[in-house]
Amino acid sequence: MSSIFTEIQKRILVLDGAMGTMLQEFKFTEEDFRGERFKTHHIPLKGNNDLLSITQPEAVKSVHRKYLEAGADIIETNTFSGTTIAMADYDMEDLVYELNFESAKIAKEVADEFTAQNPDQPRFVAGSIGPTNRTASLSPDVNKPEYRAVTFDELRIAYKQQIEALIDGGSDVLLVETIFDTLNAKAAIFAIEEVKEEREIDIPIMVSGTITDASGRTLSGQTVEAFLISMSHIPLLSVGFNCALGAEQLKPYLKRLAHNTDFFTSAHPNAGLPNAFGEYDQSPKEMSDLIESYLKDELINIIGGCCGTSPAHIKAIADVAKNYKPRLLKELTTN
Amino acid sequence: MRKEEQRYLKLSGLEPLIVTPESNFINVGERTNVTGSRRFLRLIKEEKYPEALAVARDQVEGGAQILDVNMDEGMLDGVHAMVTFLNLIASEPDIARIPLMIDSSKWEIIEAGLQVAQGKCVVNSISLKEGEENFIHQAKLIKRYGAATIVMAFDEKGQADTYERRIEICERSYRILVDKVKFPPEDIIFDPNIFPVATGMEEHRKNAVDFFNATKWIRTNLPYASVSGGVSNVSFSFRGNNTVREAMHSAFLYHAIQHGMNMGIVNPTMLEVYDDIPKDLLEHVEDVLLDRRDDATERLLEFAETVKGIKKEDPEKQQAWRENELQDRITHSLVKGIDAFIEEDVEEARQQVEKPIQVIEGNLMAGMNVVGDLFGSGKMFLPQVVKSARVMKKAVAYLQPYIEELKDSSASSAGKILMATVKGDVHDIGKNIVSVVLGCNNYEIVDLGVMVPPEKIIEVAKKEQVDVIGLSGLITPSLDEMVYLANEMEKEAMDIPLLIGGATTSKAHTAVKIAPKYGNSVVHVNDASRAVTVVGDLLQENNKIYKEQIRNEYDKFRDQFLNRTKQKTYISLEEAQQNKFKIDWNTTEIEKPKVLGIREIENLDLKVLLDYIDWSPFFRSWDLHGKYPEILEDIVVGEQATELFKDAKILLQKVIDEKLLKAKAVFGLFPANSVGDDIEVYNLKGKKEATFITLRQQLKKKEGVANIALSDFIAPKTTGIEDYIGCFCVSTGFGTQELATEYEKNNDDYNSIMIKALADRLAEAFAEYLHKEVRMKHWGYAINENFTNEELIKENYKGIRPAPGYPACPDHLEKHTIWDLLKVEENIGVKLTESLAMWPAASVSGYYLGNPEAKYFGLGKIKKDQLQDYSKRRGCSDEHARKWLNPILAD
Repeated sequence: MSSIFTEIQKRILVLDGAMGTMLQEFKFTEEDFRGERFKTHHIPLKGNNDLLSITQPEAVKSVHRKYLEAGADIIETNTFSGTTIAMADYDMEDLVYELNFESAKIAKEVADEFTAQNPDQPRFVAGSIGPTNRTASLSPDVNKPEYRAVTFDELRIAYKQQIEALIDGGSDVLLVETIFDTLNAKAAIFAIEEVKEEREIDIPIMVSGTITDASGRTLSGQTVEAFLISMSHIPLLSVGFNCALGAEQLKPYLKRLAHNTDFFTSAHPNAGLPNAFGEYDQSPKEMSDLIESYLKDELINIIGGCCGTSPAHIKAIADVAKNYKPRLLKELTTN
Repeated sequence: MRKEEQRYLKLSGLEPLIVTPESNFINVGERTNVTGSRRFLRLIKEEKYPEALAVARDQVEGGAQILDVNMDEGMLDGVHAMVTFLNLIASEPDIARIPLMIDSSKWEIIEAGLQVAQGKCVVNSISLKEGEENFIHQAKLIKRYGAATIVMAFDEKGQADTYERRIEICERSYRILVDKVKFPPEDIIFDPNIFPVATGMEEHRKNAVDFFNATKWIRTNLPYASVSGGVSNVSFSFRGNNTVREAMHSAFLYHAIQHGMNMGIVNPTMLEVYDDIPKDLLEHVEDVLLDRRDDATERLLEFAETVKGIKKEDPEKQQAWRENELQDRITHSLVKGIDAFIEEDVEEARQQVEKPIQVIEGNLMAGMNVVGDLFGSGKMFLPQVVKSARVMKKAVAYLQPYIEELKDSSASSAGKILMATVKGDVHDIGKNIVSVVLGCNNYEIVDLGVMVPPEKIIEVAKKEQVDVIGLSGLITPSLDEMVYLANEMEKEAMDIPLLIGGATTSKAHTAVKIAPKYGNSVVHVNDASRAVTVVGDLLQENNKIYKEQIRNEYDKFRDQFLNRTKQKTYISLEEAQQNKFKIDWNTTEIEKPKVLGIREIENLDLKVLLDYIDWSPFFRSWDLHGKYPEILEDIVVGEQATELFKDAKILLQKVIDEKLLKAKAVFGLFPANSVGDDIEVYNLKGKKEATFITLRQQLKKKEGVANIALSDFIAPKTTGIEDYIGCFCVSTGFGTQELATEYEKNNDDYNSIMIKALADRLAEAFAEYLHKEVRMKHWGYAINENFTNEELIKENYKGIRPAPGYPACPDHLEKHTIWDLLKVEENIGVKLTESLAMWPAASVSGYYLGNPEAKYFGLGKIKKDQLQDYSKRRGCSDEHARKWLNPILAD
């Protein structure tokens, strides 16, 4: 599916918002998470959001639908933790293929409904590939700095399994996101390249890093520029940032990124910084005003939301984005 | 989409490094390289990682923009060392700031390094040496890991050494990378080979010019590629003359950069500022670099002598010390190892004291204390100390008659030390060095020599009331002998410290196996300088604390070692056999030997062997570490190494001229087939003559990597194909003992040790020479082979000659089979001791395997199932097998 390349040159593409926040609103109980199928599973399953694609597919579909209604061009599959490494917490490693396949499949079904209604605005499914809960270039034990809880090969194999299922389920794009350790993401990209070669296919890749705080670096210590260089060896659809920061805090890093890359750029910031109760309270209007400054500065090709964002946020963002032209690559090569 | 002029080489650590046309020369830090820095190697071997990290930090702080890390050393687990060190670097933000250069000749080490680096690294290096397929495979993976790479100007035919070859290979590499692999051209860094100039060889005259021109050609014709190189090579022929070398490096760099070299490995301490090079020197250097005159080399050589600095020997200065005070002169003689004046000085001293013994206790000991201090603080090196000892012995010998005349033998020694090489082992170079050094420090040495049975060691120790026992051994069975002796000493309720040393011994073995057997202190001492301090500490009056410290240290070390031992996974013998090294017997080359049967070489002219000597181990036996010939110009030990080398050459010449050593060999080539893990050897009539029992690797391997046994390299009997094997024994040891004894009689330990070290080198050289003769003539499968000595040392040739007792075949019992088959003892007189050491010691034995796919490997450890299988095949008890294979049993 190469038409996303056509679309991205025509307009600013809108990515959806938070999935977790929306699913919380259903107030699912432990029983709801389990459904019939996992009634007797030996570990509590509440909180395993990815599992809802199997046990509560209609709820997941309804969230996708809300974001598409709000104007999202790209929706993300409900697979942020869909690797054997992350699923080990629930002892559900064996379910990884099915989880990813089903998540992609239902997202694709809903996206296709919308594309059919309005063929002028084709909608896309991005297979979401999270960072896992382990880091390949940091030791979890300060007394053993040479130790690693996960190796490149373990990550590569786990990612490969997820990627194959996401593609089989119908993903149009793969989104390696919330990268706090570049080495994890390199393993994911390595796995994507292997799958591409083995299946003789091409699939666009989006890469999105996370700047953890005001130091302006990833958790694994890289600056924006170093992160960019470390991730640019494979042709990407886009490179960008998400999570951890709100639109305002993210802007300086986004600028540095946009000025130094000839890939398309993306951002899906949080709805501001969390308040004292850990909640995100930036309103759709506040957030879209901040986003508008990205658009004025021509920093962006793909824009969406991360933690704390809702369909209302995405609608506000989509409404603003309509009025602006996307960032042009050729203009950005002049620095 | 991309604007072409923006294609810059971009690298990253935690921070970016972008190489633009405006960038200054990129300097690669090269001290974190075990092949280039002896100190770094030691730190890594001893797992002193904090200090190793400090080396890296120094490089970064010193301005290195890329950090080269190399762990290619035979004794290191390269993958483990690379991964551990890079992981540690990752947690040091001030080091991890800059990009890494992952440097190895082994692909598995490179790949392991790439898997732990989050930034964009440089791989050092790949080339077309092993063909296009391999090159493409590696380049593709490098791209996928997100790294740039250095490409050496090297192809299937060899290393590029002319302008034409350089551009031919670089262009071909570039086209393959860019067109077939789609490798980003800006991520290619060519290394078009910097070779020495002014070597006196006509064909080397253009080495620098060709490099400059090739660099320019690459930068003009291969868009976006960079050029790098190791600069110090160029001045190789001026080793020892740093003034010229530094000027040459700067001038070379100056011109190379002008021609487009934008990156390189340069030692900043070996670099003169270009503008500060004296004009006349610069002119001579550039004449050579740019090949501007026919006599450029001669002129520079001549000129070099005048700028050699303080190294030139000044006869006046040489004699000036003779004007000094008596004590200063004696000390000078001892420190410098000059024996020409010692007798007259000692005589002068004798006349000034009441009793002759006072000269020893006063004047001579004062001098030796200076020697001891200098040695202890690393300012003197072993060969110097042994020379000092020679002067000391000469002085004592001179005084001896006077002392005896007075019947005054009350000279007090600092302590009495028994030294012995254990039962079954004949190697004593290290033991003799330690004896000499301890002797220099006023210890009385009771040297029992080699092959000393444990009962005798204990008996003499008691009778002589020695204060310390020192044990030495080189072959693996000696390790068990030492354990046995420690046990016996405990039974005999002995209560004196035990020192352990010798090439196969280690702190780990001492701590884990020996120390628990014996109540008093057991200390591993592997270099002579430590022996003095350790013995001093052990014998001091209040030694209780020290002894406790030692005991605690070893207990702790043992615990750490046992915990640290990496969990290795083994597979069953059956699985290992399934995963054998596979050779396609239908297509492989098997050459029938020109001559089958046994042959003997009675008395080879030693001169023939000179070209085959590998000198690096020779320096190692004198505790001087480094690779020959680089060691001769090493900043720390270079001067000593050069001196030692000079003395070695003199003795070697004498040995050759006077035919003092005899070189003998016996070898045989036979039809053979493998049957399981055995190799059956047949006579010409096809009757089985002998069976070699080989052992198979059992460590679990990565997919696609075989569990090898030597038998895999011989065609199985079931194929019906006739294959062949050879075996041999060479010795250059006949005459060594007589010569050594002669030197010892003359109080010349220096030459006594030297002759043994040389005999060892000659034996290895003989083995190398004979192997070549076999390949080219007797077996004849490599008639057109043409390797330099250096390439032989690197084992570039086809076929192998593994030796029993070494990594591919740790089983010493195989020597019996070779001895029976070749009638070694009857034919050339080399004997086997009860521990299966060869006597004379300067001997080498082994097999010849001719298959082009045969390669050296380390067996590693084996499991119980293979031990049982082995004893069945060997026809011996499990007990017997366990005794001989003990060091390689996994549990």
